[in-house]
Amino acid sequence: MSVKKIHKDQPETFEFNEKSMEAANKIVSNYPDGRQQSAVMALLYIAQRQHDNWIPLKAMKYIAKFLDMPYIKVYEVATFYSMYNLSPVGKYFFQVCTTTPCMLRGAYDLVKVCKKKISEKENELSEDGKISWMEVECLGACVNAPMMQVNEDYYEDLNDKKLEEIIDTIYQNKIPKPGSYAGRINAEPVDNRKTLLGNKNA
Amino acid sequence: MLKDEDRIFQNLYNDNGADLESAKIRNDWSETKDILEKGREWIINEVKSSELRGRGGAGFPTGLKWSFAPKEVGSRPHYLVINADESEPGTCKDRDILRFEPHKLIEGCLIASYAVNAHKCYIYIRGEYFNEGQKLQAAIDEAYKNNLIGKNALNSGWDLDIYIHYGAGAYICGEETALLESLEGKKGQPRLKPPFPALIGLYGCPTIINNVETVAAVPTILRRGAKWFSSLGRPKNTGTKIYCISGNVNNPCNVEEEMGIPLKELIETHAGGVVGGWDNLKAVIPGGSSMPMLPKEICDNIKMDFDACVENKTGLGTAGIVVINNDQDIIKCMARIARFYKHESCGQCTPCREGSGWMWRMLERMAAGEATPGEVDMLFDVTKQIEGHTICAFGEGSSWPVQGLIRHFKDEILERNKFDPVVKKQKNIPYLVDQHLLEKENA
Repeated sequence: MSVKKIHKDQPETFEFNEKSMEAANKIVSNYPDGRQQSAVMALLYIAQRQHDNWIPLKAMKYIAKFLDMPYIKVYEVATFYSMYNLSPVGKYFFQVCTTTPCMLRGAYDLVKVCKKKISEKENELSEDGKISWMEVECLGACVNAPMMQVNEDYYEDLNDKKLEEIIDTIYQNKIPKPGSYAGRINAEPVDNRKTLLGNKNA
Repeated sequence: MLKDEDRIFQNLYNDNGADLESAKIRNDWSETKDILEKGREWIINEVKSSELRGRGGAGFPTGLKWSFAPKEVGSRPHYLVINADESEPGTCKDRDILRFEPHKLIEGCLIASYAVNAHKCYIYIRGEYFNEGQKLQAAIDEAYKNNLIGKNALNSGWDLDIYIHYGAGAYICGEETALLESLEGKKGQPRLKPPFPALIGLYGCPTIINNVETVAAVPTILRRGAKWFSSLGRPKNTGTKIYCISGNVNNPCNVEEEMGIPLKELIETHAGGVVGGWDNLKAVIPGGSSMPMLPKEICDNIKMDFDACVENKTGLGTAGIVVINNDQDIIKCMARIARFYKHESCGQCTPCREGSGWMWRMLERMAAGEATPGEVDMLFDVTKQIEGHTICAFGEGSSWPVQGLIRHFKDEILERNKFDPVVKKQKNIPYLVDQHLLEKENA
């Protein structure tokens, strides 16, 4: 359970745009009749994507009406799960994993770089307002530790130098290539592959 | 070492692409219709005699689980739910299946849903795996297009719809009943069992929940026969398993190996050995962060399967192996795991909600050498009061690893923590309630 801050400046209104509406209707049809409440998580994502990567209270009220469920239930869901941002984050949202498998391989070096190059404190915007960062719990790419997520992409096998390069590239408005930065494909052992050799250059 | 042809996940490193055409070269979707035509009984019996155990952590026999689903569909439809909410620290096997072997999973879904009489299948993917989910969705679309799933799938007369449902960063939703709550659009707080989901699950209907790796392994088992699968490993611990080796090793990797492979062989052969050599090994967490760690003496000889791990007071769990060497501070490592559990507790049961925070704070102090020697026993007592007093297994998952630390490294904790509060040192310890008593003017 995470502590979440509701943003002070809330927008006056919120409505799905056409694209969101289409996506929302499609999701609702995935669930049996009368069980449209199941779609609440997906709809919160849609709202978040439409609204600069954070969810205002008006959006929760809108979704509650949309799914014919009490507002408090939507609020409950939005505050329970950690991936819903209830106040603004950077356009490039860095999530650095610092759980033990990443910590063992130097995740806190990455945190230091973030503090130096982005902002002193978590969840604060960088000077140009583009990037914000936070520490998160295990992102499920432990054999590629240390790693972090920028918006939807995983950046793996990092160290402090490589992260500095990534941040510099993003400051120049370019998106660096996601994936492993140790020159390996996916989760194979670097230079030590002993299995599935027949496949390798197939 | 397991022979390459006996590996189920041939595309674990994505050498050959994950699309349908490449998947068919790897034998996916071959003979699937024949398998379905052999009937429910045969499928369930074959899975039972293969002795496949669930790969999600608990190791429950899969065939047995499937047989709990009601034989006839009553007034309520059946559901199949695939648990892809992989969040256990140290584990990242399902991610590679979702990305690179999606057709094995989809084929498994078809067979499993036929076996348990379900026409709808939900795949619950953790929200962070957005890209992986998109790849799986592409594979599902491909399967629909080729009539592998959907109405009258493979002309077998069976209808199956598969939907993806994204989670949103809650570890607890990997617990099966919390996952169902989350699927229903609620907070992910586990339900009391019984009733078990096989009878009353999603929307109150019979629901079978399986891990990704379990279901993805089923088609290959049925194609090659239960005998082949059970010839690998040893009785009750059969088959192959994807091991994720992370932490202080030279080449961290995912690798599929036979059940019961010695831990030392796994680390030395596939992961390039411990950083600084085998003698530099301090401890290993064998099955994801919920399983108690093992000191080097046990690691020298232990075999990696369900029963061998239980004999050593730990568990295979998800086979996420975290290697910790002597360069690391073992108490700090455990404190970080405790912080993870404090963060992820759903807050439903008091022992877990409060206890996980206590454990974290005590361990942080122990890592800093600011605890009293008596507190080590107090910490053990706290873990005992969490374990078994919660609705779901999160209580055990958060307290077992702490017990493991105390069991094997108690001397090291005592060595570091000689702090005695009676000695009036001017130390600022914010967690100590009686701080004011230590201040000079009050003493």
